[in-house]
Amino acid sequence: MKANQQDRRFSLLLKLPMYLWTIMFVFVALLYIIGLSFLSRGERIGITNEVTVSNYARLADPQYLQVMLNSLKLSVLTTLICIVIGYPFGYLMARLKPTVRSIIMLLLIVPFWTNSLIRIYGWRILLMGNGPLNTFLLNLGIISSPLKLLNTDGAVFLGMVYALIPFMILPTFTTVDKLDFSVVEAARDLGASPLRAFFTITVPLTMAGLMAGCVLVFIPSMGLFFLSDLLGGSKSVLAGNLIQNLIKSRDLPMASALSVLLLAVTGGVIALYRKAGGSAGELGLF
Amino acid sequence: MSEEPILRLEGLSKDYGQGMVLHSLDLDIYPGEFLTLLGPSGCGKTTTLRLIAGLEQPTSGRVFLEGVDMTDRPPEKRPVNTVFQSYALFPHMNVFQNIAYGLKTAGVKKAEQKQRVEEALALVRLSGYEKRMPSQLSGGQRQRVAIARAVVLKPKVLLLDEPLGALDLKLRQEMQAELKRLQQQLKITFVYITHDQEEALNMSSRIIIIREGRIEQIGTPEEVYEHPKTLFAASFIGQSNLLRGTVSRYEENGELTLNVMGVSLPALSDEPRQKGERLALCLRPQRVRYGSEPQHGMNLQGIIREKTYSGGMQHTLIGLNDKLTLNAITQASELDSFPLGSMVYVGWSKQHAPLVPDSELNLDQAEGVL
Repeated sequence: MKANQQDRRFSLLLKLPMYLWTIMFVFVALLYIIGLSFLSRGERIGITNEVTVSNYARLADPQYLQVMLNSLKLSVLTTLICIVIGYPFGYLMARLKPTVRSIIMLLLIVPFWTNSLIRIYGWRILLMGNGPLNTFLLNLGIISSPLKLLNTDGAVFLGMVYALIPFMILPTFTTVDKLDFSVVEAARDLGASPLRAFFTITVPLTMAGLMAGCVLVFIPSMGLFFLSDLLGGSKSVLAGNLIQNLIKSRDLPMASALSVLLLAVTGGVIALYRKAGGSAGELGLF
Repeated sequence: MSEEPILRLEGLSKDYGQGMVLHSLDLDIYPGEFLTLLGPSGCGKTTTLRLIAGLEQPTSGRVFLEGVDMTDRPPEKRPVNTVFQSYALFPHMNVFQNIAYGLKTAGVKKAEQKQRVEEALALVRLSGYEKRMPSQLSGGQRQRVAIARAVVLKPKVLLLDEPLGALDLKLRQEMQAELKRLQQQLKITFVYITHDQEEALNMSSRIIIIREGRIEQIGTPEEVYEHPKTLFAASFIGQSNLLRGTVSRYEENGELTLNVMGVSLPALSDEPRQKGERLALCLRPQRVRYGSEPQHGMNLQGIIREKTYSGGMQHTLIGLNDKLTLNAITQASELDSFPLGSMVYVGWSKQHAPLVPDSELNLDQAEGVL
């Protein structure tokens, strides 16, 4: 009994740094932002201690709504494209020979060792007016004058899919890999065509990975402000950029209110995911 | 058997790229049979089943069902169904949906689906379990659902891949009786796979013994038990004293003497033999008789070395000389009173000790050997 108590105390001691870290950098920071969002803008230090809900009232401004809506649209579209490309990719990867599969896994993970900002700069160079892609197409004679690739909505979209697709591929790969394929054989044996077996057996049984992938793609996509900065120029303003701009113009309370809204939207998505039967553990796969 | 085979395997070979798993297998299976493919793990019996089901493509050879070539048809277009070793129930569907899956795929109307699923459930004695999920069922119940799911489609041939392998002994014996009952009731041809020789003897109308991708012997349970054709068949089915030696005397009437480790054993051959030929005598321990007087052909002398009593039977080890010992099994009701070390006369009726050609077979590696 006594040894048990000692064990428990020791394990608490081991966990303490983790608790401290989470409290400091997640809960305190979060409370700080929520608190800020109820204050108003001030001259000297950026805020005054006047409590108000006017920041939230301003969220209904059509200008802000439009930005949020644009952001949402892009995120949904990014998630859809990631499903269309990432799910079959993860599926096929799980069906490959172990050696080939590890090589692909390495190719997927190695880019993560480089800062994402640097990788996006790489895309900038690739897409520039006199960049490699345009030069290549010009030399082949497919186009006669350089295409405007950089600073377009398309470039932002491309960057989003590029940055986030591993988060769709990896959870789908894991669930397909864990799937016992004798159930698919059983479906074929019972008269199902390969396509029918895929949609009635494989897809439902790998839904957990697919849903985890959607959450892992959708949530970061709402906040990737540097992507639209670097690839979309000043043209596309998304939720993340808006918050960044508000911080630059020293309207911290409004920036906080928008952040809280963004948090509520992503929190809602996770709540939906949990309600649909997804487990938090599945999200931690990566 | 003069009738047309329902299933014909013709020169079936399979090579997964690491050597042949199946060597040109020829086999005819007749309507209503309970045919068992018996062999140690890795002998190619599961591969044979998967080739029949269409889950694998043969390297060469053809599969005919009622005379129609099925070889190039995908599994969904073959009127055979499989009960998988792991059951392979769909974990996201309840019992009803699992059993109705094949019917739904075939476009059977809702009302008929319901009726046929109910019939199938009644057949496997699981009525009322429609709404349960596979995870809520015991091993035996999952097994029954897997069977119901396959038989509901009224297949021409039902393929069963070690369906009782995962069950405990008591349940396995229950399910053996259940499967036999089902087969008689449904009158469907069963092709059954097992590595358990007792199960094969209990259930089958015919047994195919397979070893390393080749058929070793085909016969009824009685034939393969009483008249093994090879050393492997003799060692794999039941317990045997396998006495390997050289023919030292042969007479026209089939009587011969086999010299095994310096002991001359009497034997009877149903085919011509030659002096010097290497043969093995398969002597079931139950066939060994011994007593204090040299009667009923008990002409050999031995010494009682060991006696073990186990559940209604007595195992006795009798030494014929320093190297050669015989296993004998006697019913407990006929317990002898010989103390260890006493001299006895030993013998057996020669008709019940078949001879097989001796082979290079390493008996230590064969399953089921004493």
